[in-house]
Amino acid sequence: MIRLKNSSSNSKKKQLDIHAPKHFSLILVIGLILLLVTVFASLVLGARVVSFQELMDGLFYQNQDSYGANVVQKRISRTVFSLCCGVALGIAGVLMQSVTRNPLADPSILGVNTGASLFVIIGITFFHINTAGQYIWLALIGAAITAVFVFGIGSMGRGGATPIKLVLAGAATSAALSSLVTAIMIPSTYAMDQFRFWQVGSVGSGSWDSIAIFIPFLVTGVIIALVSAPALNALALGDDVATGLGVRPGMLRFFAICAGVVLCGVTTALAGPIGFIGLLATHAMRLVIGPDLRFLIPMSALAGAIILTFSDVVGRLIGSPGELEVGIITAFIGAPILILLAKRSKVRSL
Amino acid sequence: MRKQTGEVNFIMEGMRQRRRRWLFVTSILVIIAIGLCCAMLLLGNTIYPVNVVMRSLMGEEITGANFAINTIRLPRMITGVFAGFAFGVAGYIFQTMLRNPLANPNILGITSGSSVAAVFCIVVLHTSNTVVSIAAILGGLVTVIVMYFLSRGRSFSIGRLIIIGIGMQAMLDAVISYLILKSAQQDIAAALRWLSGSLNGSKMTEAIPLVMLVIIFTPILLVLGKQLSMLELGEQMATSLGVATDKMRVTLIISSVILIAIATATTGPIAFVSFLAGPIANRLVGVSASNILPAGLVGAILVLFADLIGQFAFEYRFPVGVITGILGAPYLIYLIIRMNRKGEL
Amino acid sequence: MSNTHVFRVDNLVSGYENKTIIHGIDLEIPRNKISVIIGANGCGKSTLLKTMAKLIKPTEGDVTLNGKAINKYPPKQLARILGLLPQSPVVPEGITVADLVGRGRFPHQSLFSGWSKKDYEAVEEAMEFMNIKEFADLDIDELSGGQRQRVWIAMALAQQTDILFLDEPTTFLDITYQVEILDLLTNLNRKFGTTIVMVLHDINLSARYADHIFAVKSGKLVAEGKPTDVLTADLVKTVFDLNCVVIPDPISDTPLIIPKGRYHVKDESATL
Repeated sequence: MIRLKNSSSNSKKKQLDIHAPKHFSLILVIGLILLLVTVFASLVLGARVVSFQELMDGLFYQNQDSYGANVVQKRISRTVFSLCCGVALGIAGVLMQSVTRNPLADPSILGVNTGASLFVIIGITFFHINTAGQYIWLALIGAAITAVFVFGIGSMGRGGATPIKLVLAGAATSAALSSLVTAIMIPSTYAMDQFRFWQVGSVGSGSWDSIAIFIPFLVTGVIIALVSAPALNALALGDDVATGLGVRPGMLRFFAICAGVVLCGVTTALAGPIGFIGLLATHAMRLVIGPDLRFLIPMSALAGAIILTFSDVVGRLIGSPGELEVGIITAFIGAPILILLAKRSKVRSL
Repeated sequence: MRKQTGEVNFIMEGMRQRRRRWLFVTSILVIIAIGLCCAMLLLGNTIYPVNVVMRSLMGEEITGANFAINTIRLPRMITGVFAGFAFGVAGYIFQTMLRNPLANPNILGITSGSSVAAVFCIVVLHTSNTVVSIAAILGGLVTVIVMYFLSRGRSFSIGRLIIIGIGMQAMLDAVISYLILKSAQQDIAAALRWLSGSLNGSKMTEAIPLVMLVIIFTPILLVLGKQLSMLELGEQMATSLGVATDKMRVTLIISSVILIAIATATTGPIAFVSFLAGPIANRLVGVSASNILPAGLVGAILVLFADLIGQFAFEYRFPVGVITGILGAPYLIYLIIRMNRKGEL
Repeated sequence: MSNTHVFRVDNLVSGYENKTIIHGIDLEIPRNKISVIIGANGCGKSTLLKTMAKLIKPTEGDVTLNGKAINKYPPKQLARILGLLPQSPVVPEGITVADLVGRGRFPHQSLFSGWSKKDYEAVEEAMEFMNIKEFADLDIDELSGGQRQRVWIAMALAQQTDILFLDEPTTFLDITYQVEILDLLTNLNRKFGTTIVMVLHDINLSARYADHIFAVKSGKLVAEGKPTDVLTADLVKTVFDLNCVVIPDPISDTPLIIPKGRYHVKDESATL
């Protein structure tokens, strides 16, 4: 074995191990340019397309009374918020997929979003909670409980948490929880009103306040993800190998899942359930830069931010003069990706 | 293998016993269903005595009772029975044909396909009931065809089919959410029905296409029950037993999609009935013979029972879909746990 | 008892969507005999059997029963003459042994008819024959692999066909059960003259139990005939790419193939 390994990993391959994947800097630059373009589009486009002058006014807080500048300022907070959500969901997706070694693990598919929704609706209906700060804790608890539950069911039996088992456990739990959500919501017109719009994920409500709440969670999650990346790389080779390499799989899983749940739980609390971003971002990036998590995690974050913001712009343009909530758009772009993945993967691995 | 003088009694006895159990349980299911139908007619804001209900149904003029019974409760009951039956039968056929209880029209996204078509007709085009029904059927069939082409690969796998179904459902549900969000305020109540099925506001005129299609397709499906049992043994075995598998599969799928679509068009997607009816029927009746009829009866019973609970058990009236959802979801989870334990997934 | 069905394959080309596996095979199944198709993995022996059983549509050529293409027969009529036990049949959940065997009666029943006395008798006989009467009311899940295989064969017997195809009926079974199954099939052949065609992996058991061998390599028929005539060291070399010595089986006098590898040869220098 040892001999084989050495002979196959010639000097070129060794370099690849240490350094970034091929064309990494090029991809990074393209990614950043795309990000800039998306951000620009997000500021300029919408029900009302602002002029360059208005954009400048808005960005630098000049000419405060111009309508265009006001619009731009609203859009600034919205854009920042959607970037945060995208980063969070992108990273949550990578974490869940690598911890479970399962290409289909995404918060929306695993029902974690619905779990968060249920707790939020309970809060709205029974405790008349209505601030983002309170939503967060409820959503986090809901997301965590659901994640544990779904993973518990999905990993029973032979073969551990295979993709099909996890997806089914997630779908079933989701179905169960959404029945409960409907049941709680229907008798209360107040909750129905509050909830109808929250239920479809949207970044339209993003304000500086919610961003301020978001940031600490986001930073914590991102740090945990980045720190655990090398260990997660080892985990990708299987628990036994990882243990051999000095990683404690149990601990690692716990922290990584916690980070994933926190990231998507908080996003769900603030923006409502937005699906498929983790799936989309991670798979797109894995296709381009390969499976090394040290690079995949930051790149998925970048991709998540781009995709979510872009979807939001698309939603505003299609839905004009109103807007089409971003959750609808991502489901529409993301579901075909899920189908494609299912088509491509071998039957065995399902 | 020619005749041999042996006692055939032993095995015949076992098989006959199972057949008797089938008959017995099925009859009991019929009785329960009838009982629930009566309850649907008798119960309500005003509880009318049996003779009043009878007289009202016979066409006698009784002020108050006429409206409550003939216009409200009767259509509700009929819609519930036939929709439940259709959901049950179609669910059972899919589950048996694909040999997986999870492979039912709900999870495969067929119900969502019908719902999208129906919601679109109601909210955007404001069409008549007939058009809604036809659109729902077409929506269901298109979904099935798309699913078929998507799941065709080097080799067929139920797992892949289910994941593709979940993906389709996510997309279709996004469309429904969009349509509902964009719908005018006055349409929302009608459109909300498409998030969870309901028997509220059932009308006789809407029930007629449902009743007709169920009456047409149920006998066809019952006759094909034996072939369905053979399909359960796998494609190859079924072929070698003389089943024209392709033709049979297409016939079964089209008939059951029509049933599920018309039921969905009439009541909205009543959660989990198509999923629950089959396994419950199998549990009650045993799996010796084709359980299409028992599954339909269980479906009808579930819908009526859940609707009665939804109407009367709480101070607020819940649509039937919410009740079946809450009752059904734990069973779904239990089933998945059991399948995981046995290593069937 | 014997049957007179003539089952022929002419110039058969067959395979899956875009991959041809069988490249032109002609053969006639010997009547009232046990035939075994042998060949290396992936040589197309299973595909051949499946095409003969109408599970795969031939790209070219004909599969005929009594001079009529098998896909021209009404499915049920064909199923009363020709039965197939696939390699991995699917067990419906919770079904009892008797009910499963009973499903073999399907081709003999019409759309509306119920169970006739004859149906019960056929089931009874099939179960008697395969020695599984004691399991009649058990759930299939409770049986061992060997018992289960007997149930499947009983189901094929209840179908009462004159020709029976079996795709690797002994795979995954212990050697004891392999011999038992093959003995039972021989019984069936001797008692009712059922024409049996099967794919087997074990070349020595094939040699012992077959009346007739079809050797397939890369989708072509390379040899056929009585095992004693066909199974030579040369043929094994051609079909399996294996060096071997063929000696007479001390039990049955049929050919016994002793494989020769690179190691554990008395005089190792001789093989190199």
